[in-house]
Amino acid sequence: MDITRRRLLMLLPAAAVAWQYVQAGTPEASPNYKMTDHWWGMLIDIPKCIGCGSCVRACAEENDVPEGYYRTWIERYHVADWRIEKPEVESPEGGKQGFPPNHDLGGKNFFVPKLCNHCAESPCTQVCPVGATFVTPDGVVLVDKSYCLGCRYCVQACPYGCRFINPKTNTAEKCSLCYHRITKGLTTACCEVCPTGARQLADLKNPKDPIHEFLRTHTVQVLKPHMATGAKVFYNGMDGSVR
Amino acid sequence: MLRLTCTTTRIVHPGSLCRVTSITGPCDPNHRSPTESQLFKSIAQFCAQLAPGVRRRKTSLFKDIEHLVRLAVVMAIALVAFVGLRALVVPHSFGQYGHYRGAAIAEIAARPAAFAGHDVCEACHTDVVDQKKLGKHVVVPCEACHGAQAKHADDPASVKPSKLDTAVTCARCHEANSAKPKAFLQVVTADHSGGLACDTCHQPHRPRIEEASQTTPATERKK
Repeated sequence: MDITRRRLLMLLPAAAVAWQYVQAGTPEASPNYKMTDHWWGMLIDIPKCIGCGSCVRACAEENDVPEGYYRTWIERYHVADWRIEKPEVESPEGGKQGFPPNHDLGGKNFFVPKLCNHCAESPCTQVCPVGATFVTPDGVVLVDKSYCLGCRYCVQACPYGCRFINPKTNTAEKCSLCYHRITKGLTTACCEVCPTGARQLADLKNPKDPIHEFLRTHTVQVLKPHMATGAKVFYNGMDGSVR
Repeated sequence: MLRLTCTTTRIVHPGSLCRVTSITGPCDPNHRSPTESQLFKSIAQFCAQLAPGVRRRKTSLFKDIEHLVRLAVVMAIALVAFVGLRALVVPHSFGQYGHYRGAAIAEIAARPAAFAGHDVCEACHTDVVDQKKLGKHVVVPCEACHGAQAKHADDPASVKPSKLDTAVTCARCHEANSAKPKAFLQVVTADHSGGLACDTCHQPHRPRIEEASQTTPATERKK
C-alpha cells in the first residue's frame, strides 16, 4: 500500500489514539471492587521507620515518578534538647538512597515518612478551577491528567507540600495511594516493600482492618491537625517537633 | 393632560429633517380638554406634512416590539448553541460522582502494577519462605530487596531478576544511623565487614550465623 499524503493524514489520528492506549497500559478491570465499601488511609509507625528509602524507590518505580520529584519521601529529624521548636530536618534525594550516617548527635533523632494525606476535606481539590483533582468515593485524592491545566493552584494549596508539576506532562502529580493496586486487592507499593511494617495501608470502612484496634490503643496524630484538612495518614509516636 | 410622543428614527433625504414613525396619545379623545385636543391635532397635522408616511398606532405594552423579538431570537439561538456545544465538549461522566470526570477513576485504576506482592512470590518460592521463617527476615517482604518483580511473576521463564549486591542492599537498612530505632540491628559496615559482600558470611533470607556446623558461607553452600 502506498502511503500518500492523504492516507498519512488519515492514519495519524488513529495512530495517536493507539499510542495513547499503549502508554496507558493494559486496562485490568477490577469488577469486584466497590468504591462505597472502602475509605482509604494509611498508618505510619514512626518508631519502626529505619529510613532505608525502600518506599521512595518503590514509589518511583511503581508510578514512573520523574527523577528529582517525590510522591513520598522520608525526612530525618534532629531535635536538640533545648530547641524542640526548631528541629533540623533533612531529606537528601527524598531519602531515596537512605541517609548518610550521623553518629551520636544527641537529642532526639528519628525518621518521618511523608506522603499525600488523602484529606477528606482536601484544600487542593477545593481550589482546582477545572475539576481535574478530586476525592473519590473511597477517599483517595486523585488527579485527572487529561483534565489538568497545570495552573499550580493545588500545588500552592497543599499544606503538606505533597504535589508537584510533572516536567514531562506539565500536569499536577501526587501520590495516588497506588489506586491501581488497592482496587485490585494489593497494598500500595510503599507498604508492600516496607521491611519493618512502618507503613500500613488502612481501610477505615473495613471493620476487620487492624487499624481500628491500633487507633484505639495508641496515641496517634495527623500532620497539621489545626488546618482541619481531615488528613487520613495517621502517625504513631510522632514528636511535637514534626511539621 | 396631553401625552405625545414623536419618535424620529432616521433621516430620509437631505430635504426633509426627519421621519416620524409613530405618534401616540390618549386613545379616548373625550378625556382631552378642547385646547389639548386642538393642540394635538395641529401637531399631528404638522408631523403629517413633514412625513406623509406616518400612521397613528394603538398604544401597546411594548413599544417597537420587533426589537425585542429580534433580541429574543438571538438569545434563543445562543442558548441552543451553548447547550449543544456543552453537551459535545463536556465528557459524559463529568458529574457522575462530583465535580470531576467520573471515568478518570477507572482510567487511573487501569494502570498495571509493577510490584507483584509477596503473596505472588511465596506461591512459587516455598523454599525461601521456609528459610525466612527460621530467621528475623520473615517480616521483610521479597520485593523490599529484590525490587519490582511483577514482570517476572507474569513470565517467570524469560524475565529473571538480577542478582543483588548485598554490600549495598543490606547496608541500606543495617548501616548505623542515630535516627534508627535503638532496637534495630545496626552495624558500621566499614568496621564490620570492610566492604565485603554481606552474603560472604550471612544467608540473606536467614541472616543469623548459626552454630559451627552451619557457618559455611552462603556462597559456598549454594554449590
